[in-house]
Amino acid sequence: MKREDYPERQVCITGIGQSKAGRPSDRSAMQLTLDACLQAIADAGIGVDDVDGLICHPNKSSEGGGISPVGTIETMMALGIRPVWTNPSSHEGPGHMAAIFDGIMAIATGLCRHVLCFRTVAQATARASSRASTLLTGSRQRVDSGNNAYFVPYHAHSPVNLWALYAQAYFDKYGASEEQLGWVAVNGRRHAGHNPNAIYRKPITIDDYLDARMISTPLRLYDCDTHIDGSTAILLSSKDAAKDLRNPPIDFEAIGMSVGTFGEGLHTGDFTMTPAEKCGDMLWNRTDWTPEDVDCAQIYDGFSIHVWLWLEAVRLCGRGEAAGFIAGGQRTAIDGELPLNTGGGQLSAGRFHGFGHIHEACLQLWGRGGDRQVPGAKSCMAVNGGYGYGAMLLKRD
Amino acid sequence: MSGEAASPPERKLPALTRETEAFWTGGKDGQLLIQRCSQCGTYQHPPLPMCSTCRTETVAPAQVSGKGRVKTYTVNHQAWLPGLTEPFAIAAIELDEQPELYVFSNILAQPDAVRSGMRVKVSFENHEDVWLPMFVPDGETPQ
Repeated sequence: MKREDYPERQVCITGIGQSKAGRPSDRSAMQLTLDACLQAIADAGIGVDDVDGLICHPNKSSEGGGISPVGTIETMMALGIRPVWTNPSSHEGPGHMAAIFDGIMAIATGLCRHVLCFRTVAQATARASSRASTLLTGSRQRVDSGNNAYFVPYHAHSPVNLWALYAQAYFDKYGASEEQLGWVAVNGRRHAGHNPNAIYRKPITIDDYLDARMISTPLRLYDCDTHIDGSTAILLSSKDAAKDLRNPPIDFEAIGMSVGTFGEGLHTGDFTMTPAEKCGDMLWNRTDWTPEDVDCAQIYDGFSIHVWLWLEAVRLCGRGEAAGFIAGGQRTAIDGELPLNTGGGQLSAGRFHGFGHIHEACLQLWGRGGDRQVPGAKSCMAVNGGYGYGAMLLKRD
Repeated sequence: MSGEAASPPERKLPALTRETEAFWTGGKDGQLLIQRCSQCGTYQHPPLPMCSTCRTETVAPAQVSGKGRVKTYTVNHQAWLPGLTEPFAIAAIELDEQPELYVFSNILAQPDAVRSGMRVKVSFENHEDVWLPMFVPDGETPQ
């Protein structure tokens, strides 16, 4: 049956490009990639900066046989573009939410009615068998660009070292304190106490926080999330298919996404902002709502510093104000002006890796929050990611 | 630091590629080599196969002063590897040649003396065929 709203009828080809064939080529795989990309862009007559999405097939592979040696991240770096969307399986794309965004597109374009998006982690098991499983390097003899080559030789083996650079820069720029940062962890733990599925539920104090061992200054033990084994699934449905289902639908008021180069050695700015800023811009450009319309927030907390940076990136706090906003814990309590990480976040509930934040947002909007239920919550901001960035403003009638 | 401390673990070295070899081996001749575009003059790091500012392929390694300042830093305390027991500093160094031209490295100094804004200069550490750019306080003797 012919339908004008089939996805393929919304799309056309406007340019092509191809590199010279070599056997072997005297140009690197990366150069060949750029040859083809720039040709296609020029062929269509658009500007390089007009490209806002990038995808390749298959994923970049490290198998060494050349089956797919170039991925989207290094290509976007070389092209000097900052797309909002890349294939989520090449590095992270726009954060953990990339899979959700793909699901939204699959439904919106008429390919599917129900898309199940899941995220499974088994990092606790992996770490029990090998501590090296937590390192950035894997088992490679040497680290290459795209695999933390600019950090691992300096014994910066963990993302905590890189995020510590951001925390220190924020301290230096705004005069924020260790105690203020500690409130991110204390706030999450307070809420985890009411989450039966949280890994850590015993409350902690600021003194407990400050007494815990230093990992990478200024980040201490409780600034770091905890790896777990677990899985979260989110089912997306078309609005038509959702009509007769059990739950009242949770709608997307707006989404935002952006892709960065974290861990690749390319950083811009003064280390107090991330490409999540662009994600926040995109989200607020797609709605008439304002930050005052947000009832609660599930803010990604792989490390505590993420919460400060994200709150400012999605405009829930002014620049430099997130530290003071969370300090003391009143404004972010369940009955506060912006209940924050109501299930405990990754710092206390465990690293469900972004999907836990989406899950908690839905629990709140469906009124299933139990002892941690935000009274009358009708909207929730959920954001994911420290490498790629995704945000969604969820609502229900 | 204690003289009795276990020797630190070996560093995992970067792979040398067409784009990165100059950066990782310039220290052999005492040079910090940062990629620069001969068309528009922009430095870029990490090195890439073309200039991401003007998108020409006229990029080549260029010697820089090796001087800069600590933009931000962290002192690592976690023993990620056996023997990695002594605290050490990791920093983003903003090179003098261009704003926001950052190189990541260790600061070879007493870790608790490292501060944002501190002046530093390059010093190289040779392992096999790699000369890792390291940074020391400018004007002071490396430890």
